[in-house]
Amino acid sequence: MANRRLAPAAEQPESFTFSPENADWAHGQIEKYPEGRQASAVIPLLWKAQEQNGGWLPQKAIEAVADQLGMPHIRVLEVATFYTMFALEPVGRFWIQLCGTVPCDSCGARELKQSLHDRLGPQGHVSADGNFSWLEVECLGACCNAPMVQINQDYYEDLTPESLNTLMDDLAAGRPVKIGSQTGRTSSEPKDAVNTLTDPTLFDGSRVGAWRKRFEQTQGGDDKGDAAVKKDEAASTEARAKDDPKPAQPDSGRATESPAANAPAQRKADGKTAAVSPASPAVADQVGAPKIADGTAKTAADKEAVEEDVALRTEPPQQPLASGADDAVHEEQSPEERADAAGTRPTGIDAARDDRPDDLTKIKGIGPVNNRRLNDLGIWHFDQIAAWSPAEIAWVGAYLAFPGRIDRENWVGQAAVLAGKKG
Amino acid sequence: MLSDQDRIFTNLYGLHSPDLDAAKKRGAWDGTKFLLEMGRDWIIDEMKGSGLRGRGGAGFPTGLKWSFMPKKSDGRPHYLVVNADESEPGTCKDREIMRHDPHLLIEGCMLASFAMGAHACYVYLRGEYVAEKFALQRAVDEAYEARLVGKDNVHGFPFDIYVHHGAGAYICGEETALIESLEGKKGMPRLKPPFPANMGLYGCPTTVNNVESIAVAGTILRRGGAWFAGLGGKNNTGTKLFCVSGHVNTPCNVEEEMGITFRELIDKHCGGMRGGWDNLLCSIPGGSSVPLVPADQIIDAKMDFDTLRNLGSGLGTAAVIVLDKSTDIVSAITRISYFYKHESCGQCTPCREGTGWMWRVLQRMSHGRAQKREIDMLFEVTKQIEGHTICALGDAAAWPVQGLIRHFRPEIEKRIDQYSANPHSDAVPMAAE
Repeated sequence: MANRRLAPAAEQPESFTFSPENADWAHGQIEKYPEGRQASAVIPLLWKAQEQNGGWLPQKAIEAVADQLGMPHIRVLEVATFYTMFALEPVGRFWIQLCGTVPCDSCGARELKQSLHDRLGPQGHVSADGNFSWLEVECLGACCNAPMVQINQDYYEDLTPESLNTLMDDLAAGRPVKIGSQTGRTSSEPKDAVNTLTDPTLFDGSRVGAWRKRFEQTQGGDDKGDAAVKKDEAASTEARAKDDPKPAQPDSGRATESPAANAPAQRKADGKTAAVSPASPAVADQVGAPKIADGTAKTAADKEAVEEDVALRTEPPQQPLASGADDAVHEEQSPEERADAAGTRPTGIDAARDDRPDDLTKIKGIGPVNNRRLNDLGIWHFDQIAAWSPAEIAWVGAYLAFPGRIDRENWVGQAAVLAGKKG
Repeated sequence: MLSDQDRIFTNLYGLHSPDLDAAKKRGAWDGTKFLLEMGRDWIIDEMKGSGLRGRGGAGFPTGLKWSFMPKKSDGRPHYLVVNADESEPGTCKDREIMRHDPHLLIEGCMLASFAMGAHACYVYLRGEYVAEKFALQRAVDEAYEARLVGKDNVHGFPFDIYVHHGAGAYICGEETALIESLEGKKGMPRLKPPFPANMGLYGCPTTVNNVESIAVAGTILRRGGAWFAGLGGKNNTGTKLFCVSGHVNTPCNVEEEMGITFRELIDKHCGGMRGGWDNLLCSIPGGSSVPLVPADQIIDAKMDFDTLRNLGSGLGTAAVIVLDKSTDIVSAITRISYFYKHESCGQCTPCREGTGWMWRVLQRMSHGRAQKREIDMLFEVTKQIEGHTICALGDAAAWPVQGLIRHFRPEIEKRIDQYSANPHSDAVPMAAE
């Protein structure tokens, strides 16, 4: 953390107001942010104030910005002292920031630092002619062009003590200087040895649109073809998942030697069943649910994997008898039809009693959507849910399209507790 | 070597114009409307299929991150925030994108925003990047003028993009600190949860992505996730911008396939190692936050997330700092330690106090003015900082020191021996400054 304070009172100007054009500019900046969020413009406005005040930020400017944005003075003072690019004391006409972090440090920044020290004295002091002041700062992000300095707003790269001195002489004398690399590089390309991006077809526009072939080939124009493509894509993604497991929760970049995450994709690749769906016949078998005709043709390997999975399972079975939902769901069935096959519809009431429905979302497992769907069924109160019979549970489970969940999450029990509380 | 046809950033070096017309010839804004019409789910699936891992350092899968955003708005607007606060020492890739290929970034912002239901995007540039700010703003203005973006644009998806300029704080590269800073506060990271995807900028669902992760989106969607996934290796797919700095003959930025070996990267693109391969001491392969890897381990290592993690380091931002045998490695790591001391935001005690503590001890050690038992003590302190802070800056400060002790302990001990053999009488400053 840097310890940064305002300049002594003797150096502070009496007042500060934005010049008319800067005030206009400031309004433009504030408009970038949603209404009421004008505080977001604090950094741009402080920048402008610093620019207008000859490169440093006096107390009055900080207060003026605070007043303009409707922020307490202390909040803006916090910002001004937190960010290191706000100079709180007067700086030279050319404010030199020397990057001293490792990539520059290992490429000659120490020599530059010595040379600046010899020429201008210690950091943070304005030279006698008012032209220069300098500071060693942290990485400026031009590491391929190390070592480098930033003078006012511009980067000067690939420096040596000699070229930096020449540069400073030129600046002081008002001669034009070259911004950027001082050794003739355009930017961060390898000097005199660019061997990439030389293919002229990249730049003449001849590759524009070439990618569309991918879609024309696969799409085939009609809906049927489209569906086939979708299926193909799904299949290829699945195939990829098989031999290319992606961890479900990637590491945060920490250096560890731990094995790959125990992700579903990984398990799948290892040949285990990733997740046993509630409707899986084999599981139903295990927990004693009625046998389903097409569920008998199981391979031994599958069975083994499933058994292992079941053995590992500690939570209650996913498909108890009570909710006995229908496995043979056909898409054309309406939710009611599907549900009628599974159980009996609970009786509802037309409207909430006294117009005061209970907040069903208090039951774990019911969200806003299901709350609304239950209301549509005429279910408004906890005591209604608490009174559901197994057949009614099965009906609602099938209607909401998550069979078994009502039992698993014990909505009835939760509702009874909540109803009791209410009473 | 990666073929030119498979490079995404075709104007990386700025040898061509960054303007809209030239960018269009290079393939930017080509069929963006078509891609948007493929739908939100298609975009996210394609990004997931590409295996793209975030390019900002942590390597979190980008498609997955996008899918965390709520599918339907609950009335709050969604935001995309692009993290262009590129301050990790050694990293200078986003700068080239913003200066030379800004339209790839703007198009990527539009596609990503569409996939997340965001109608506004803020690009947060670090304060030092003034020229880059102007370059990007110019490109944004061009895009508005051509009605590629804006409330009423040719793509039919209202979308605004704003350039926001920071003021020089490394910590603002942390996503929640960046959001704080964008809200006009000090850049101090927030505790998570809530995660930004639920409560980010202005309390609204927000996704923060690195510039490179966003800028590659357009090309990935055009050429297909499968194309991108076909480059590189398992779990480490695609191409990556490598920033090679330090003691190589021609330091440069270069886009290469993930999993290229260190040796090939340096030989093909950087003119080889300064003084030959025997002169390599070690490399910091992912920006200053990751532990260094000594020469014998790095030299034939694949440059990808998993290989480097198994070497006890990391790919980070792929900022490869190469150090030869002329380097004073203890003082180089001391300099890194100083960086973290300077950039700690001061919120969490282990980091605020620990970074300064590590720097002061290392400074003595770089002269040999220490006891050998202090090496273990220093290691112990790094372990107490790591993982005990809100954000990863504490970890980032601890890892380089751990790397130094792990691989160069004899060097530190040698200095201590040399110093104690020639005792000086000057006092050793110990107190906190």
